[in-house]
Amino acid sequence: MANKIPRVPVREQDPTIRATNFEEVCYGYNLEEAQLEASRCLDCKNPRCVGACPVGLQIPRFIAALHEGNLKQAASIIAEDSSLPSICGRVCPQESQCEGACILGIKGEPVAIGKIERFIGDWKLEHSDEVAADVAPQRGHRVAVVGSGPSGLACASDLAKWGYEVTVFEALHELGGVLVYGIPEFRLPKERIVAREIHEVEKLGVKFEKDVIVGRTVTIDSLLDEEGFDAVFIGSGAGLPRFMGIEGENLNGVVSANEFLTRTNLMHAYDNSFDTPIYVGKRVVVVGGGNVAMDAVRTAKRLGAESVIVYRRSEKELPARVEEVHHAKEEGIEFRMLTNPIAVLGNEQGWVTGIRCVEMELGEPDESGRRSPVVKADSEFEMACDVVIMALGTSPNPLIASTTEGLETNRRGCITASEEGQTTREGVFAGGDAVTGAATVILAMGAGRKAARAIDQYLSQKA
Amino acid sequence: MFTILEKQLLAENIYLMKVEAPRVARAALPGQFVIVRADQVGERIPLTIADFDAAAGSVTIVIQTLGVSTRKICTLEAGDQLADFAGPLGRPSEFVHEPVEELRKRRYIFIGGGVGTAPVYPQVKWLKEQGVEVDVIIGAKNKDMLIYTAEMEQVASHLYITTDDGSAGSQGLVTTKLEELIAAGNHYDECVAIGPMIMMKFVALTTKKYNLKTTVSLNALMVDGTGMCGACRVTVAGKTRFTCVEGPEFDAHEVDFDEAMRRQGMYRTQEQRALAIHAEHEAGHQCRIGLDK
Ligand SMILES: Cc1cc2nc3c(=O)[nH]c(=O)nc-3n(C[C@H](O)[C@H](O)[C@H](O)COP(=O)(O)OP(=O)(O)OC[C@H]3O[C@@H](n4cnc5c(N)ncnc54)[C@H](O)[C@@H]3O)c2cc1C
Ligand code: SF4
Ligand code: FES
Repeated sequence: MANKIPRVPVREQDPTIRATNFEEVCYGYNLEEAQLEASRCLDCKNPRCVGACPVGLQIPRFIAALHEGNLKQAASIIAEDSSLPSICGRVCPQESQCEGACILGIKGEPVAIGKIERFIGDWKLEHSDEVAADVAPQRGHRVAVVGSGPSGLACASDLAKWGYEVTVFEALHELGGVLVYGIPEFRLPKERIVAREIHEVEKLGVKFEKDVIVGRTVTIDSLLDEEGFDAVFIGSGAGLPRFMGIEGENLNGVVSANEFLTRTNLMHAYDNSFDTPIYVGKRVVVVGGGNVAMDAVRTAKRLGAESVIVYRRSEKELPARVEEVHHAKEEGIEFRMLTNPIAVLGNEQGWVTGIRCVEMELGEPDESGRRSPVVKADSEFEMACDVVIMALGTSPNPLIASTTEGLETNRRGCITASEEGQTTREGVFAGGDAVTGAATVILAMGAGRKAARAIDQYLSQKA
Repeated sequence: MFTILEKQLLAENIYLMKVEAPRVARAALPGQFVIVRADQVGERIPLTIADFDAAAGSVTIVIQTLGVSTRKICTLEAGDQLADFAGPLGRPSEFVHEPVEELRKRRYIFIGGGVGTAPVYPQVKWLKEQGVEVDVIIGAKNKDMLIYTAEMEQVASHLYITTDDGSAGSQGLVTTKLEELIAAGNHYDECVAIGPMIMMKFVALTTKKYNLKTTVSLNALMVDGTGMCGACRVTVAGKTRFTCVEGPEFDAHEVDFDEAMRRQGMYRTQEQRALAIHAEHEAGHQCRIGLDK
């Protein structure tokens, strides 16, 4: 029987070698491996995986198509629900979504849905000419998309396919949002994957304008009233980093994970032929336990520093993808769980020399059901380090909301929008991290596509 | 890509560039800045806007060659292109939001130090256009390092020049001149100072004595310039602020200048190394770089 085959292991770069380079950690499946893994799927009548996927990917269907060797069909089944399979296959938290629900996971190992999705996505990028999407005739409506992250890209590509004239406005000098400035090369290759996904969107006729900061260079209102756009989608993400507010946080050597990752990813600071500097030091402490923290700590390691994670809850609560935690450990990252910084220490010149922490223990569960950490009495201790990276989460940038009359936000600064993406302003839609706060690529992609449908409906009625 | 329309050498190592950037020119207001990247491997450099012309679609920046990136920008000539020119960023000067009648009741003193004189100009020009009286002090090392004097003459009610060596105007610091003016019976309601951090610190200390409301424009280190990284954090009134989105202008009496100066030096060793590498590439080039900003 199919499930007797063990989960097909995926080939990866050796941990000691990859901890010194920025090349992709995971090589992914080849056709043979992907098909063997596909053969493990039971093709359940009521597939639990589908219900657990935030966008309801037809998982058993594309797995079956792959198993039969029909890659083109597999790719188009995925395309019904996702526009970025080679990216989501790499970065989705599969263990808490599709794979976490897979029936095979109850007794053994779930089907490697993410690795299969990645394989099909990559195949599609290689064969993009054979699977080119149809573009409907022009409808004479123009839509502006703010931000070129997953939500903006997904929204733009659907609208372009349906015959809308779409322009994406991006504040930075590169397209891709978090996919280029946040998630490192070793997890998501920029040229080979992200740039090609964006190229696919360009091929649909979407225009991109970089270096345009909506709220400063132009406003939502000027796009609608002066530049002749009929609707706007805001996919501006949640890029504002939080700090702890503890003593010593402005010492030289304390940076946000966003700064550290932007310097390395967007600005290529690790490559000497680029001009942007980065300060790495000898020993780096990263505060936090999410994907951002894992990306920062593994980047620091690759830049030659001894690197430590400090997290206030226990390992079970780490919000990062399981695979990232596993990879980080293999690469020699030290994990200090149940530890919380209370001050950053510095020398007379104002440079970081260490961090003062307290030990924590888990108390009663809070509203979210997670046991909240409480400080252990008399547990203060100091750790030496010369760089501290704060990876404590991010929130949406208030710039667009504060420059757009009538666009409401909630207490957390997130743009208020319906399930379909309709904001409190007519003709203005929003989705992704800008609406939910920092979340995931798949949710942002899904929100962009939902909003595209709502925009299509809005403009069809208006016409 | 953004075309350089015009380039001028204003003083040793100080260049003016007029850049074609219609969107920025249309939206710009006094007090704002742009992020410039010379080429595909370049750093994102914040530069305060020195002038803008919405009708012509051009924005003027003034750059002093301090590190690899500013030097790289300055090797470009009219007709060449900058990879990126994003803006206008930061909040405009507070006065642009105030009723003109209020502004006209006030007397302003602007202080520009070194290359900081350039961003003073659009502010004074804007106020002049609203009919507001503005006195200006320009400070420089010596006569040859003075910039924007002719332009400022056109828009300032009174222009005072100071140089460290007395080769032009009066000898001494801008703060000495300011105290002289106040002692001579000039009353000012507001002071705006833009220049090296150390100058702004001493202006703040001086005006504090007179309880003279003072605004400074902080040239913090930046990466994105849009609020995404926190590289530009400064402490103002005991609270951490992001210069790029909450500034660049702050109440001078509340800025922690010592911390701001220290944070500016965060990447200095890296920059020095980069400069050394760059110098090797540029064999034959005579470089005397002031890393003592
Ligand atoms: C380091 C890191 C690692 C992550 N790892 C994972 C992971 O493993 N798996 C996962 O699912 N998710 C991960 N995430 C989260 C995921 O990347 C985001 O949820 C997702 O990218 C959100 O997409 P978005 O389109 O809403 O916004 P973003 O990707 O943030 O894109 C927003 C874009 O809008 C631009 N923009 C912002 N304001 C303006 C403006 N005013 N004008 C013009 N443009 C503007 C920004 O520059 C940016 O390019 C990670 C995030 C980070 C930071
Ligand atoms: S739950 Fe697992 S076995 Fe069932 S259809 Fe989904 S992937 Fe296949
Ligand atoms: S420069 Fe990045 S937040 Fe200000």
